[in-house]
Amino acid sequence: MAATSPETLTLEGGADLKRALRRTERRRRLGAFSLTVPLLLFVLVFFFLPLFKMFWLSIANPTIPEYMPHTVQALRDWSPSTPVPEAAYKAVAEDLKHARADHTFGRIAKRLNEEQPGSFTLINKTAMRISRVDHGPWKAALIKIDKAWGEKPIWRLLKRQSAPFTADFYLASLDMKYNQQGQIVQKPVYDRVYVPLFIRTFWMSAVITLLTVLLGYPLAYWLTALPDRTSNLLMICVLLPFWTSLLVRTTSWIVLLQGHGVINNVLVWAHIIGDQHRLKLIYNQFGTIVAMTQVLLPFMILPLYSVMRGISPSYLRAGISLGAHPARAFWKIYMPLTLPGIGAGGLLVFILSIGYYITPELVGGQSGQFISNMIVYNVQQSLNWGLAAALGTLLTGAALVFYLIYNRLVGAGKVSLG
Amino acid sequence: MKRKDNDSDIIIDELGISRRDFLALGAKTAGVISLSSLGALWTRAAFASSVNTLNVVSWGGAYQFSQVMAYQKPFTKMTGVTFNNIEKAASGPALLTAQEQTGNVSWDLLDILQAPASRLYSQGLVHEINYDKDLPPAPDGTPATEDFVKGSLGGDGKTGGFVPEIAYDTLLSYNKTAFKDKAPQSIKDVFDLENFPGTRALQKIPAGNLEWALYADGVPRDKIYEVLATPAGVDRAFKKLDTIKQDCIWWTQGAQPPQMLASGQAVIASAYNGRIFNAIAADHQPLDFIWDGALYEWDGWVIPAGLPKDRLALAMKFLAFSTSTKQLAAQAKYIAYAPARKSSIPLIGTYYKNPKLEMMPFMPTTPEHLAVAIHKNASFWSNYGPQLKQRFSAWLSS
Repeated sequence: MAATSPETLTLEGGADLKRALRRTERRRRLGAFSLTVPLLLFVLVFFFLPLFKMFWLSIANPTIPEYMPHTVQALRDWSPSTPVPEAAYKAVAEDLKHARADHTFGRIAKRLNEEQPGSFTLINKTAMRISRVDHGPWKAALIKIDKAWGEKPIWRLLKRQSAPFTADFYLASLDMKYNQQGQIVQKPVYDRVYVPLFIRTFWMSAVITLLTVLLGYPLAYWLTALPDRTSNLLMICVLLPFWTSLLVRTTSWIVLLQGHGVINNVLVWAHIIGDQHRLKLIYNQFGTIVAMTQVLLPFMILPLYSVMRGISPSYLRAGISLGAHPARAFWKIYMPLTLPGIGAGGLLVFILSIGYYITPELVGGQSGQFISNMIVYNVQQSLNWGLAAALGTLLTGAALVFYLIYNRLVGAGKVSLG
Repeated sequence: MKRKDNDSDIIIDELGISRRDFLALGAKTAGVISLSSLGALWTRAAFASSVNTLNVVSWGGAYQFSQVMAYQKPFTKMTGVTFNNIEKAASGPALLTAQEQTGNVSWDLLDILQAPASRLYSQGLVHEINYDKDLPPAPDGTPATEDFVKGSLGGDGKTGGFVPEIAYDTLLSYNKTAFKDKAPQSIKDVFDLENFPGTRALQKIPAGNLEWALYADGVPRDKIYEVLATPAGVDRAFKKLDTIKQDCIWWTQGAQPPQMLASGQAVIASAYNGRIFNAIAADHQPLDFIWDGALYEWDGWVIPAGLPKDRLALAMKFLAFSTSTKQLAAQAKYIAYAPARKSSIPLIGTYYKNPKLEMMPFMPTTPEHLAVAIHKNASFWSNYGPQLKQRFSAWLSS
């Protein structure tokens, strides 16, 4: 580099110092970034991808387009107010023959039955018998197999299911459905499951959160006031159950609370209650609330404790020395300072508890079930993964909304968890 | 089985090709192996080395024990093949569906009920079996399609995915010590809280409970499903269930009802008849059956679709062995479930723990028991199951 201007600093050998510095800087930044790449990939693969997949499952509707392509084609221009064309009958016959040969007609039957009970038999029967029919007219042939083919509801259903995306699963999650005329209506009262369950999940979680605050706040305050050695010992008592398996803690509540459990037996033994009047302490909402409050208590105590540790006792003393009653000083000075702790603990406990599954399953009975128990049912028993995904997406959405509200009120930046 | 010690030879024998053919085949294909098929080959190789073990999924407890004793032990003795028993049958259909979607089926045989088996078959998820060709005839030569009890085989009765092993009952039973003067004898008595007071333990599913409610309400047994298919019939069933709801607790695992009866948590409970039999015969509990309205259905094997050839051949071989006349009869020594083959019935003996106890009177398929039983309608529950389950959950929590 012979033509360097006098202002630029050059290294021995003529290299531009600025550029060299920049290059080194860039290399260092790249090195730092590459250290975070594994984490980034991990979050992408194990967090965002499943979330995206869940959202996708809740709206995707691939069954009918995939297994009944001719029918989808034939119904494209059909409007439910006009008669069903012969071409559509022919397409259904063709598709079901294929599906019978490929053993896929059960997938069609299952999907349609999820929306319209009774479709399972209709499709299975039609697929079995249409294979023996070689030529049209197809309308007559199908109606001969089942007169449902002569009526509108099944065609309306097929037309609706022809779309590659669907709102069906969200409608079902909100206890709504299409009626025979194809309008969206609320389900009859006796069939409403999910909305009442969502409401119950939220209010029971709120009760549990409140209880953890009421129990955790004085304890955390006490822990900060005690000398270090005692407080460390007590901290272990808080953390010990935290380190015990969730399953063990839940089943020990069963041992304590059940009809012939420890508490009832003691009460009967002490003649406080009669043998015939044992208290119903478990397999109901009460059992769920008690067990979950205990399970989630450390999630409240830890953030509260960490916030309280940072508050100097001299603030309170100053308040009192200026003439305030200790209770007033506590309420006006100390309490507001602990709000970020209450906020962080509350958010943690609330969001954890709306997604809880094992504890309600084991001790909740019927009245103490949460929405997650229904999600598991739809994944494992009814195999309606679309519905499970829609419920899961709604639950995730709710958690996000609560987080945003919290962020607005308290501010996520103020939270310190350790 | 010329050489018991070499399992790969057995497999090759089964496929009807010699070792030399096998090697020649390998040499020919070696030239066209592409990079993409290397992965598949690698997994194939991993499985090939483990093909002397069958992954069998069943229900656990006394039932899986009976399968181990009656099928697996003799099969291992005969062929050297070992078994990996998995207790996942309750969520078997869901897990199999998931395995198929991820393209990694790791099970060889799955033991499930007839209704989910037929659903899996119509979705192409289980292997198709030609009953007369793939299953052995009865000892007297009667072909399999005629030897299995009518209606127990899957598909159209000639080919299908389901091979039944046993018929079992979900029935009501009671603790004898709770009823001193008069014991409940019918489903009507179960719904009669005045004369037969006490807690009832029922299974937390609509199937069974709805049928019994209608039956107790006066619907004849052969009309139950007709009535239940109408909205008015469903309302009627739930209204009848309302009358005992306050005195009901709900179970989810087959092991719970005998325990609930024995501990006094319930005086009447619905249960699988084999579990109650075990509680009486093995544990000497003071329990008894109400055979009236017993709900009977079939349980048996399916083989997942798309297994590699060697694994499929071995699974088919075990399937044929386990559902032969002798093995089905042997299972009835261990548990009071009725064999699905007619030819097995005369071979049913006594309880394995008590040589004086004849098993036959405890079977769901004796003429006396069948005369008062309700045949569970698998196709009804395929159509209306999801909706009724939903309504049942809503009813329970209201």
